[in-house]
Amino acid sequence: MAETTITPEEEPPALALPFIFLGDHVLYILTDLGRMGIFLFSALVGIFRRPFRFRELLKQLNFIGAGSLAVIFFTALSSGMVLGLQGYYSLHKFGAEGMLGSAVSLTLIMELGPILTALMVTGRAGSAMCAEIGIMRISEQIDALECMAIDPFRYLISPKFLAALISVPLLTAVFDIVGIFGGYLAGVGLMGVNSGSFLSGMQQSVTNHDIRLGVIKSIVFALLLVWICAGRGYLVQQIRGAGFGAESVSRVTTQAVVLSSISVLIFDYLLTAVLL
Amino acid sequence: MTPSTPENTPDIAIEFDRVSKSFGQRNKKHRVLNEISFTIPRGLTTVIAGGSGQGKSVTLKLILGLLYPDSGRVLVDGINVPSLNKRELLKLRTRFGVLFQGSALFDSLTVFENIALPLRERTKMSEDEIRSRVMATLDQLELSGHEDKFPAQLSGGMKKRVGLARALQLEPEIVLFDEPTTGLDPVMTREIYQLFDSMQKRLGYTAVIVSHDIPGVFDIADQIILLNKGEVDVFTDVNEIIHSTKPYIREFAEMTMGDLFTRPEKEKCH
Repeated sequence: MAETTITPEEEPPALALPFIFLGDHVLYILTDLGRMGIFLFSALVGIFRRPFRFRELLKQLNFIGAGSLAVIFFTALSSGMVLGLQGYYSLHKFGAEGMLGSAVSLTLIMELGPILTALMVTGRAGSAMCAEIGIMRISEQIDALECMAIDPFRYLISPKFLAALISVPLLTAVFDIVGIFGGYLAGVGLMGVNSGSFLSGMQQSVTNHDIRLGVIKSIVFALLLVWICAGRGYLVQQIRGAGFGAESVSRVTTQAVVLSSISVLIFDYLLTAVLL
Repeated sequence: MTPSTPENTPDIAIEFDRVSKSFGQRNKKHRVLNEISFTIPRGLTTVIAGGSGQGKSVTLKLILGLLYPDSGRVLVDGINVPSLNKRELLKLRTRFGVLFQGSALFDSLTVFENIALPLRERTKMSEDEIRSRVMATLDQLELSGHEDKFPAQLSGGMKKRVGLARALQLEPEIVLFDEPTTGLDPVMTREIYQLFDSMQKRLGYTAVIVSHDIPGVFDIADQIILLNKGEVDVFTDVNEIIHSTKPYIREFAEMTMGDLFTRPEKEKCH
């Protein structure tokens, strides 16, 4: 930005500097939260604005949902198999191998399924989303939309929100099913646990409440990841310390993935504490 | 919306009234525009010139409502842009066409889709009507045959022409050009200016060109606004700049147009 006229101001006393620094940071955080709040509101309102971008929604469903299937499948299979082996190892000590189906399914449905799906989608689709929107911002493509009187939220952001809100719970369901299958493979196939006791244990212990908890978590995580990833990209030029140009997009993308992952973990605890 | 004020005569499209704009935090504040006032006449080409960081692009963003002034009024047809709400601003922007510095074409859309975008999103035209209109524009701008290419497959000059085609689709009353020849070679720059000039004369819109390409851009200017250190000077002819007695304008002219160009005729002969 131009350095045409520097407005001179009196140097503050040295003792006031820590307070100025602290106040400045608090104000920045509040402003940033405010911007992110307005972003979330605008994106959610944009979902209901016409004309709907059905084709863009399908494209995003394909990218976020179908595109993540492979990574979800392998993560779920490996997590489920590890759970099966670890669960067998622990339960065998108490002669309670019959509880393996219950342990694997409850762990996957209530915890690992929603969390790992959200983390995988953040890493695969969230980062790409953040970088794409960030590049569109710095190359003035979003300004161009505004100048053509096209709402960038309805056109660009809201379809991503809707696609994430649809895809992530479905991917979580896929994760749960594949994970349970992995646990079955390891427990029944490799360790010789009785198939009937594995399945009946699962059937008896998993309730609608557990499934509902998993679904609620997956929806909240989907909202968190798409909000943070898309929001950081959209606000790339207003994020302090992000720098300029391509560097700012790379920094903000890293920040978005870290923030999103941490938020998912924190909200997992909060939701479990409230809803369990 | 703010009603028209008597001082806004009908032939004035845009008016800056004592506009100030600063950037930065409290102890590092940089004033880019310092109570500047000027008018942009309707149906003509106005060039906003000045060195880097003098607030040229800021001026465009103020007109579009992408930035807000710290004080003063930015009037478009007598409507004070900073006082508009989001919906009114969107409505006002339908009257603008903008060609961005980097063309701002959508990477994931083809040339055809880029140009058709404002028609698809802002009008109720059928796909057939949109196709025929876009193809006609492509033909006018000598872009026929490139409609299925993506922006990454185009040269710099072609990107500018596609950007111009997109900016003109909704038949805007005012077209803003932000550093339109950045990155182009001198021959292409000249061609692009000729194209701008011919399109402006054909369609009659108000053109506002922000550029540091001096003196090239002056060839198509009906009015020149010179921004320098937060202040503004308005000229109707490049000779007024050359013969200005203000030291900083002389300095600017010599730096941008060359000593030979700005030296008085008598001196040139010796």
